[in-house]
Amino acid sequence: MAHLATPGERSPHRIVDPLVDTPPPPLSEIRGRLIAALLALALMGVWEVLARTHLISGTFLPAPSVILRTLADGVLSGEMLRALRVTLLRVLGGLVLGGSAGLVLGLAMGSSRSIRLVADPIIAALHPVPKLALLPLFMMFFGLGESSKIIVVAAAAFFPMLLSAMAGVRQINQVHFDVARSYGASRRQMLTRVVLPGSLPMVLMGTRLAANVAFLSAIAVEMVSASTGLGAQLWFSWQVLRVDLLFATITVIALLGVGLSAVLRGLARRGAPWLDEREITI
Amino acid sequence: MLAPQAIDAQRHRTMTNAESIGIRCEAVGSVYHTRSGAIRALEDVSFSAHGHELVSIVGPSGCGKSTLLRIIAGLRQPTMGRVLYEDGLGKKGRPRSGLVFQEYGTFPWMSVLDNIAFGLEMQGVNRQERRARAMDFAERLGLGSFVHHYPRDLSVGMRQRVDIGRAFVSEASVLLMDEPFGSMDAQTRWVLQAELLRIWQASRKLVVFITHDIEEAVLLADRVLVMSGRPGMIREEIPVPIARPRDIPRDQQCVRDITWRIWRLLEKEVRIGLSIR
Repeated sequence: MAHLATPGERSPHRIVDPLVDTPPPPLSEIRGRLIAALLALALMGVWEVLARTHLISGTFLPAPSVILRTLADGVLSGEMLRALRVTLLRVLGGLVLGGSAGLVLGLAMGSSRSIRLVADPIIAALHPVPKLALLPLFMMFFGLGESSKIIVVAAAAFFPMLLSAMAGVRQINQVHFDVARSYGASRRQMLTRVVLPGSLPMVLMGTRLAANVAFLSAIAVEMVSASTGLGAQLWFSWQVLRVDLLFATITVIALLGVGLSAVLRGLARRGAPWLDEREITI
Repeated sequence: MLAPQAIDAQRHRTMTNAESIGIRCEAVGSVYHTRSGAIRALEDVSFSAHGHELVSIVGPSGCGKSTLLRIIAGLRQPTMGRVLYEDGLGKKGRPRSGLVFQEYGTFPWMSVLDNIAFGLEMQGVNRQERRARAMDFAERLGLGSFVHHYPRDLSVGMRQRVDIGRAFVSEASVLLMDEPFGSMDAQTRWVLQAELLRIWQASRKLVVFITHDIEEAVLLADRVLVMSGRPGMIREEIPVPIARPRDIPRDQQCVRDITWRIWRLLEKEVRIGLSIR
């Protein structure tokens, strides 16, 4: 007779416990980040060595240590932070203005076929126009000050948000609309209970894209027309050939991008707990 | 032939009937347009259902069953004929009905509790009361420990329980179900069929149940409406003389006989449908 283990007795066969015996996923989030950081450090190390041994020209590619010192000086003197604040205000101002307009029109176009039919050709015509090309026009209409700059950023942020929001509404399963209508949802309830939450994953994606072009156009606007902000500082460094300052400014812009995206991701996780990690495309 | 007519709230109010719940389709026809021309989905469909009744509709695929259900729900206007409601219309002249679909009926962004309470929320029941009622129903459906989860954590069968719970807990008196168990494995389907009957028997609701599963139609319904292929017409109405309350009478000879009789009605249609494609 075969031996059967009773509950109190240790089984002769090892019981597989999935919690203990499943190998960890090949690349965890922390490990991935760590590897990325190490790669960046290694690259900078090589660069540092090459610059110090004068194998590459310090004028064009100053050593990372030099760039870091410039960055630290800029932060300590407050100059870098002032430029950062100015740029950030332009980016956020444009993002809020253009993003919310894009969101409203995008949701409307996604919900209504008639609105979509009328607005779509107009959008198709305006979208490919480089928004920076509109700066002279906006300066004529809104003056040389802050508003024309923010409006260029807003115009850039508007389109990706609009297209994402529209696609977000259209990919909502028709069944959800039908169920809500059959139980007698009002227009307002349809918006708050179906359209907004249903389109959220795509709206998050739109926010990320819009934030990206907002940055891009804020820097570009500052390079051509401003005396303050990170873009202006970038242009100034080029004109006086302060390559270290140029790299320091680029570093700040890159860090700002990472920071903004982390903030948005945190908001999405907190505000929409039903979303799958895959749906948080931000 | 009747002129195209919208669902008529005025007429409904003048219509009185001894039974408080009821729907009546009068010569309902539906045509829809595709790129390759107009397609007749439904033709001259007339039937009525009253009171605490469970009516199922079977027919070959593509016969317009779902279109008919959407017309009854007021989500689509009939091209011809009309639908009358004896129970009163909700907002916008639509009947207060609850829809249950094959899949994806639950909202992924609402917790199980909010999903079940959704019908009540739309009907203006205050938050505290609707949560209490939904909670009570969730317990009866064995979902009590999942009320704060989102549907993504649930199996298909459990999601369908949520959907059915939402329909029964709502104040809608007419429930329209479009193949609610169609995507389920056979064992889950058996369990949910029995649950549906139990909940329905304890309620006072009228259920119109669409299915492609002939046996399911016979097991659940008081009457089975058999539809023809496109354009969908009602070919025959077959009563199921099994006493209520009934417990899924899967092993009864009479169920087999009726199932067989319906299949004989449908077989030719199904074959025609297959050979055209």
